[in-house]
Formats: sequence, C-alpha cells, structure tokens
Amino acid sequence: MSFLQVQDIHHTYFTKATATTALSNISFTVEEGEFVSLLGPSGCGKTTLLSIISSLLKPTQGEILLQGKPVSPSKNDVGYMLQQDYLFPWKTIEENILLGLKLSNQLNDKTKAAALQLLQQIGLAGVEKQLPKQLSGGMRQRAALVRTLSTEPKLLMLDEPFSALDYQTKLKLEDLVSQTLDEYSKTAILVTHDIGEAIAMSDRVFLLSSKPGRIYKIFEMPEELRKLSPFEARNHEAYQTIFQTIWKELESLEPR
Amino acid sequence: MNQDKKQVELLHKNYLNSLKIEKRWVRFYQAIIFIVFFSGWEILSRNQWIDPLIFSSPSKIWNLLLSKIQDGSLMTDLGVTLTETILGFLLGTLAGTILAAILWWSPMLSKIFDPYLVILNAMPKVALGPVLIVALTPGYPSIITMGAIISVIITTIVVYTSFKEVDPNYLKVLQTFGATRFQCFKEAILPASFPTIISALKVNVGLSWVGVIVGEFLVSSKGLGYMIIYGFQVFNFTLVFLSLLVIAVFATIMYQLVDLLEKKLIKE
Repeated sequence: MSFLQVQDIHHTYFTKATATTALSNISFTVEEGEFVSLLGPSGCGKTTLLSIISSLLKPTQGEILLQGKPVSPSKNDVGYMLQQDYLFPWKTIEENILLGLKLSNQLNDKTKAAALQLLQQIGLAGVEKQLPKQLSGGMRQRAALVRTLSTEPKLLMLDEPFSALDYQTKLKLEDLVSQTLDEYSKTAILVTHDIGEAIAMSDRVFLLSSKPGRIYKIFEMPEELRKLSPFEARNHEAYQTIFQTIWKELESLEPR
Repeated sequence: MNQDKKQVELLHKNYLNSLKIEKRWVRFYQAIIFIVFFSGWEILSRNQWIDPLIFSSPSKIWNLLLSKIQDGSLMTDLGVTLTETILGFLLGTLAGTILAAILWWSPMLSKIFDPYLVILNAMPKVALGPVLIVALTPGYPSIITMGAIISVIITTIVVYTSFKEVDPNYLKVLQTFGATRFQCFKEAILPASFPTIISALKVNVGLSWVGVIVGEFLVSSKGLGYMIIYGFQVFNFTLVFLSLLVIAVFATIMYQLVDLLEKKLIKE
C-alpha cells in the first residue's frame, strides 16, 4: 500500500452566479520519502489540491488516505508551508516555532529542545528572542520551515514556499530544504509554477492542466538528477533536456 | 579613515542639534498661543470689550478654582465625574470587544444582527438618556450606562471589522496545526487586532466624556456636568468655564494614558 493515496478527487467551488470545477478526477499515490511536485499554469487548482490533501478543505468528492487512514488536522499528520512565512509578527522566533507544539499540547522539554536544535541546524542560532521583522526574508522562511517541521508531520506540503524570495536566497533555500527533508526522510509535495525548481527538487513532477484541474502528465526525474542537490541538478546536462520537454508540454496547455 | 569618522560624527551632531532647535521653536509657538489666548481673554474681559458676565475671565476662574479646591467641593465633583467616565469608558470598550468576538465566533449571528447594528449605530445614544434615568434610577448606574452605551456599538463595529480583516493565511497556519476556533481567536485574531482596539479606546475616551456629561446634565445632582448646568441656571459662567477647563485637562490626561498604554502594548 502506498504512503499517500489520493483517490478520485473532484472539487467544485460554488458562488451565487457560478459553479466552478477546480479539480476533476485527480488520483495518484506517493511513496514514503518521495518528493513530488505539482506543476501547472495559474488557476489549475494546485493550492486547492494541497488544501484538500492537508484536510483544510473538504473535497466535493473523493478521499485522501495517509498510511491507509483518512487525514485529520488534529493529529498533525500534515505540515504546511505557505508562499510567505506568515510568522506571527508579535511573537518571538522561539514562540513562533513552538506554536504548533503548543497548539497540539505536545510542548515539553524534549520537543522544545528538538525544535531549538533544528533551528540551530538550519543556521538560525541566536535569533530565538528576536521578532520576525528583525530577520531577512530567507531567514524568516527558514524559521517557518522549522515551525512546520517541529510537530514532526509525516507529510509536508510546500505551497510555492520560495516564490517570494530573491533568486539567490531561493537557490540556497532549495538546497537547504531538500537536504533537511532527506535527513529526516520526509515525504513532501511541492506546488510551484517554476519548472526548474520542480525538476531540481523532485523525484516526480505532475503536470496539471487547468479548468478543470486534472493530471495531464507525469514525469519521472532521471536517477542522476535525483541524487544531486537542487543546485547541482540545475547544472547537470539531463536538466536541460527534461526542462525542454516539460516546457513544451506546458506551452501546449496554454490557452490560445 | 579617522578623519571621515569624525566628519560623520560632526554631521550627526549637527543633525541632532537642528532637531533640538526645531522642537524648541514648536514649544515656543505653542506657549505663545497659550499666553496670547488667556491674556487676550483677560484683557478683553477687564476692558468690557466682551461681556464679563457671559465670558468671565481667567483671573475669576482661577480664583474660583482656588476657593473650590480649598472647600473641597471641586474634588467631590471631579471624583464623581472621573469615576463615571472611566467606568463607562472601560465598560463600553470591553462590552464592544466582547460583542465583536461573539459576532466573529458565529457568522450566522453576525448576519442576523447586521441591520440592527446599523440602526443602533445611527441612533443618537444620548437620546436614550431620559429612558435610562427612569429605568435605572437617577445616579451612578444611569450615568455610567450613558458613558458606556455611547461607545459600545461603534466599538463593536470597528473591532469586528478588524477581526474579519486579519489575513486568513495566519488562520491557515494555525489550522494546519489543528487549532480550535478559540485558539485561532487567542493566537491570531485578538493580537492582530490590538492596534484597532487601542485606536477604538482613543475614540472612546472622548465619547465617554460626552455620555457622562450629558447624563449629569439630565440627572443634575453632582459632578462636572452638573456644575455646568447649575452655573448656566444661576447665570454663573465662571463656574461653567471652570468646569469646562477641568474637563479639558482630565480628558487630555486620559487620552495620554491610553497613548502610553498603546506604546507599552505595541512594541513596534
């Protein structure tokens, strides 16, 4: 049985005037420790799908199974990282990264030490008592990663977490996230519209078409790219080939 | 290198100096306005260019102030009005915030009460004065209620709006951690709305004074509002002006205290 099973998801948004089908007939599985990217034009329901998988949103139809059981938000099964850090500006970094533990009543000396240890490991030693606004964008997004990982989620949702950063910070952070996830052998799903990022970070890339969103094509990343860090992968010759392939597919999806 | 550093230090010193000088000029003009206003008033009144019976004069007010401090009657009236205003102000703000929280908690309730809030907000609350006085007996309860009722609806509306405008992504973060609705309120909604609540407090300081003074006009037994209405009835306008000036001073103090609270609470 697969680690994560997404079974036949349909989702429709209703407004007074319209009923918009955002997702249609989405089924796939993800294995434990795998890194999967959802790539697609804007408005293809990528974020909706992430919200459904993390059970923030109930799908109109379909089911999500994590290790054979339905996902529940109260068990902290799924960690979610947003486009921006959304660190609470009135809380110190320490309070921010311990928030998840506090909310789920898991805060004790051991989990606290683990979270602080992770903060140090990710290169943010000594900022515990600072407020988020005293940190740079990249540092804040790293703190947000620590916050997400602190509750030890089995599955990680990354909703364009690098899109608000400058290019250099983004490349560095891709490496760091990739390395951290490998270390803790986390399963992750990344939503992005950056083809390069998807290729460099993932084991598999799902290309979604829009209106309604469905899985158009699945690309397996070649073994030699998977082994490399995202930064190294970007310089590998296989990267260019697969970039061109995905680029063409994405072009063909663009509405004319 | 050292030369450069000295140069920068010198420039910084100049900059600080210019700030100091500017501040001094501002204070100077503020003092001028104050002096011109009161001495002008005194001169106009002494020379009978304005009717001293109606406009009184600063010296008369000052003398009345001293005698009223000596016989203790000012302290009693001031104490009464201050207590009523502070209680009315706190009650109004607290009740308004709690109502806002209830509306946020239940979207259904907020939809139901929406038109009633609009009506209540549009209605001049002081018009309820006579009813309150009869219903709650003339005295503290009815006056404090006046002070509270005048600010409660506008506080509810303003604070509820700010609750709704909190970035939903903060709630999303909390929900991914399995937060309950109460936890969402406590961790995100309320702290994110502190600045709005504080600015509501500032508005409420002024409103509560209005409510209490009008209440005292109607009840007419003690307090600064009573001093005004009494002075008006016996045609002692020195008394009226004394009361007005005391109100101005204490309303300002209250406002400054809220300002101080703001700086304490919001560390930015």
